[in-house]
Amino acid sequence: MLRDITLGQYYQTDSVIHKLDPRVKLVATICFIVSLFVVKSWVGYVVAAVFLAVMIKLSNVPFKYMVKGMKAIVFILLITVVFNLFLTPGETLVSVWRLRITKEGLQLAVMMAVRLSFLIVGSSVMTLTTTPNSLTDGMEKLMKPLKIFKVPVHEVAMMMSIALRFIPILLEETDKIMKAQIARGADFESGNLVRKAKAMVPLLVPLFISAFRRANDLAMAMEARCYRGGEHRTKMKPLKYAARDRAAYGVLAAYFALCILIRIYL
Amino acid sequence: MGIIRTEKLVFEYIRRDEEGNVEGITRAVDEVDLDVKQGDFVAILGHNGSGKSTLAKHINAILYPTEGAVWVDGMDTQDESRLWDIRQEAGMVFQNPDNQIIGQVVEEDVGFGPENMGVPTEEIWARVEESLKAVGMYEYRKYSPNKLSGGQKQRVSIAGVIAMHPKCIILDEPTAMLDPNGRKEVVRAVRALNDVEGITIVLITHYMEEIIHANRVFVMDQGRIAMQGTPREIFSQVERLKELRLDVPQVTLLAYELKKSGVDLPDGILTAEELVRALTQVYHGQNDINVITDPGTEEPPRRDRSDVFGLGGNL
Repeated sequence: MLRDITLGQYYQTDSVIHKLDPRVKLVATICFIVSLFVVKSWVGYVVAAVFLAVMIKLSNVPFKYMVKGMKAIVFILLITVVFNLFLTPGETLVSVWRLRITKEGLQLAVMMAVRLSFLIVGSSVMTLTTTPNSLTDGMEKLMKPLKIFKVPVHEVAMMMSIALRFIPILLEETDKIMKAQIARGADFESGNLVRKAKAMVPLLVPLFISAFRRANDLAMAMEARCYRGGEHRTKMKPLKYAARDRAAYGVLAAYFALCILIRIYL
Repeated sequence: MGIIRTEKLVFEYIRRDEEGNVEGITRAVDEVDLDVKQGDFVAILGHNGSGKSTLAKHINAILYPTEGAVWVDGMDTQDESRLWDIRQEAGMVFQNPDNQIIGQVVEEDVGFGPENMGVPTEEIWARVEESLKAVGMYEYRKYSPNKLSGGQKQRVSIAGVIAMHPKCIILDEPTAMLDPNGRKEVVRAVRALNDVEGITIVLITHYMEEIIHANRVFVMDQGRIAMQGTPREIFSQVERLKELRLDVPQVTLLAYELKKSGVDLPDGILTAEELVRALTQVYHGQNDINVITDPGTEEPPRRDRSDVFGLGGNL
């Protein structure tokens, strides 16, 4: 059961967005997030909303999957809204006891809420349409220039993809150890937080030992297969820009330019 | 000179206590001389701790000899400038299938070796296809390794090694963690590689059934080579194998016990078919009754017998 776990939140379907090069999607996501902070007027947000809506439509992913990502930040969102609402000085609209809601506060709170939720939905579009694997590939390729500053780009990408491969295996192992401990009378369920944390120790120790053993084995297997870091290495699936990727960059540039124009003239 | 050769190979593990002081030295491999010819199927047998895995890791230049030397295709494994050539020519398959698969998709894992060697992209794809077909895993190329059975994973590992176009493959107990079906799959794939592709195989195992098809068998004990010869020669020395704490295949054991009790059977019977043939010959050769009524050759216990014939289709 644990073997079927989906990592990240990739949604398998066929769409233009799915087919795009991961680099395009990464750059687009960053641009979109930046654009949210570039625009300051309502017109700008409408443009961003339209852009986002078109992307969601093109991605063929049901909207409820996009909103799922929002659950994680509901709390942060609420705090932001509340603080902005009550603590912004300005023209008072409503005042209850010592709390005042100002016009500026209301404006700022709505703006922040819109920004944050667009930000989350926007990055969801990327993670839902790109496999973790190609995301890692895209990052490796995009960050390549950092090599000049001795950033181990290839190594980091390799670590990420190995981690992705071993998460299900380690999860399954945790499950196995847990069952073995339960069979011998271990109790992971009852007691307060401290007790529960203590109960985890006999679970974590064997898990760590086995993880290290696996790491050792894997390192040996990789060396035996001539792995020697990023140099001399060729790619089985090299990333290549296609016509649609160039078109996507065009659309992105147009959108970003529009945002900047809105900021300047409106 | 053969493709793999060792000369007076010694390897010592240094055991240390918690402060790092030397507690003792264990000789894992002790003066081993090995000479494997191109195209051979060699099996190395031994119980746990006999030094067989340590020996295997020397061939792939993962470990370096304390004394003596190892040559792979004429290259000394201690010559660092040839390290990557050695690792390419002598591929290695390990015991745990989960811990040697790097890719998240079968085909990506098979492509990992060629990627490291700097093979151009189109050729990687050709090699991946050819290696997956050689082990019969081509239909699974888009699968996640986590969804395969142990035997299938091990075949993917073997494909990953073949894709590097090695001259020989060392398999370090590739079947130890598999169920009987998985073991059969892997052994069949390995035999096909040897027969069809002519790749030299060094199979390290403690399952006796797997070595029947080898050209040559080395039995290791306490770091030394205790016996060597063809499987038939090895299996005819049942007492010696028992001394070395190795299990003899049930058929061989049965034949041996029958022989000891006076039935006229040849030495070193390896398969159920051979035993049946030999027994029929004995039965027809002697004027019947003799064999059957001889108290020393009474039927073996029922369970053994059905097992023996059950083994018939096994390998």
